[in-house]
Amino acid sequence: MKVRDDSSAKWFKLLAYVVVILGCIFCVLPFLLILSGSFSSNESLITSGYHFLPRDFTLDGYKIIFELPQEILRAYGVTIFTTVVGTTTGLFLMTMAGYVLQRKDFKSRNFFSFFIYFTTLFGGGLVPWYLLMTKYLKFGDSYYALIFPGLMTPFLIILMRSFIKSTIPDEIVESSKIDGAGDFKIYYRIVLPLSLPGIATVGLFLALNYWNDWFSSALFINDSSKFQLQFYLYNIMNTASFLATFGGGGVSLSGGVPTESMKMAMSIVVIGPILFLYPFIQRYFVKGLTIGAVKG
Amino acid sequence: MRLISGFFQDLAKNKVLVLMLLPTIVFFLINNYSPMVGVYYAFIQFDFNSGLFDAPFVGFQNFEFLWKSGKLLELTANTLGYNVVFIFLGNGLSILVAILLSEVGGKWFKKISQSVLFLPYFVSFVVLSVIVFNLFNYERGVLNTVVKSLGMEPIDIYGQPNLWIAIIIIFYLWKNVGYSMVIYFAAITGISDDYYEAAKIDGANMFQRARHITLPMLKSTFVILLLFALGSIMKGQFDLFYQLVGNNGLLFSTTDILDTYVYRSLRVTFDFGMATAAGVYQSIFGFILIITVNGIIRRLNRDYSLF
Repeated sequence: MKVRDDSSAKWFKLLAYVVVILGCIFCVLPFLLILSGSFSSNESLITSGYHFLPRDFTLDGYKIIFELPQEILRAYGVTIFTTVVGTTTGLFLMTMAGYVLQRKDFKSRNFFSFFIYFTTLFGGGLVPWYLLMTKYLKFGDSYYALIFPGLMTPFLIILMRSFIKSTIPDEIVESSKIDGAGDFKIYYRIVLPLSLPGIATVGLFLALNYWNDWFSSALFINDSSKFQLQFYLYNIMNTASFLATFGGGGVSLSGGVPTESMKMAMSIVVIGPILFLYPFIQRYFVKGLTIGAVKG
Repeated sequence: MRLISGFFQDLAKNKVLVLMLLPTIVFFLINNYSPMVGVYYAFIQFDFNSGLFDAPFVGFQNFEFLWKSGKLLELTANTLGYNVVFIFLGNGLSILVAILLSEVGGKWFKKISQSVLFLPYFVSFVVLSVIVFNLFNYERGVLNTVVKSLGMEPIDIYGQPNLWIAIIIIFYLWKNVGYSMVIYFAAITGISDDYYEAAKIDGANMFQRARHITLPMLKSTFVILLLFALGSIMKGQFDLFYQLVGNNGLLFSTTDILDTYVYRSLRVTFDFGMATAAGVYQSIFGFILIITVNGIIRRLNRDYSLF
């Protein structure tokens, strides 16, 4: 039997629409700001400021970037390389760990889970870690520094563990064991194919971490040919904006500083792939998160 | 002794599983556990070229300097304060939006708005800093363009520490609400319709249904997210603060957190000893805090505690 909605439901619905639509606008507007800036002429940005709609429409910002593409292509290359290598390696190791940590017949699983989880509660801090990376592992100025630290995170391992736990019935593992399959074979042949939404989610989180990483470059990389894309953008932004942040105006920008519309175009080029991929990956995200995170 | 031998027996019995877990164990040993030994740096006079144990031992001198710098209280208050606001405001808003989103009709509208709300989570902090700069820049920012067009004096936002409390909170929410909203939304979708139908028959209105059915059902999700957030209550969000504020000293009084302070001590002032000491303080303080909160939660309801 379907019960009729009362009048409060109407008001509630109206409120819901208003809030959700306002929320969506609030989420999109900032992107519009950069997009509009990237299509505005440099003069209009300097004289009349940033607006939500482009003034004096031009493609100059993009032209400058694509006239001298070597540097940005190199930064793109570094980021794509670290993202691909880091994500595939990390994903392989984390799905394997997640599988092992949910096997009920492996008694020490709780000990190892806590061993991993404990690192979120207590750590040595940034300085000892920095010294480990530079002084003992000698990762300074190398791709290892960009890939190694982000390989695994406790949160993603736990997400993967609960995903596998809730999607793969113990009986399947049991029966394949009886059929004589080894632990690794069960993982490879049965668990992996059945966990695709979970793998997609964890993989996307991981890829996102690598793609958006600027901190590793900031800490460990001096050789500018190994700068990640985000750090490259960060540098471009900060050569000029650093001066301008100290308010009050009166700071004149020298000729060597990148122009405003070119900076905005750079930002768009950096966000680009994510905005493009987003609609495709979003549904996996929601699905994987739903199963992995809620059932904990 | 039996516990230990039982442990090794279990490992021997599951050799392949242990082997599969081995890379993960090694990774955490190197990346997370070995720096814990480096806590010792806080007690020595640091010299980059000498080894860990042949530098002179100075006891608590680094901590003394840190304390005397007078920054510690401010840093702790900022770090804790922001995180408490983030946790409660962030979760509160996520729950609200999730409930509202579950009420709007139309599959397409629901899907699209869900995607749009989730979108900011994908944007890097570097790009976020570009956005914030475009909004609040003194000469060309959107805000001052509007202010000037109204014939008023532009506002020097990058020189007003108090405004940044609001700016940082707003952009934290902008970036993160969509993400936790999705988790809550999923939990709401999982609640059986029977409850709502029954409540409707009993004459409960929409607000009463949200309050007495949906909210209690979201409690366990909230507690899980809360405990995850607690783990990083003394750190976290370094990117947000550093990208928005940078090294702008004018704003430190309201925006400097332990993480940004440690980073600057390492990269800008090269004060390794004090930076390590601050890191140690951060870890220990945070650890005690988590143990305490976990203890309280366990006393209230055992099922919800973390360990």
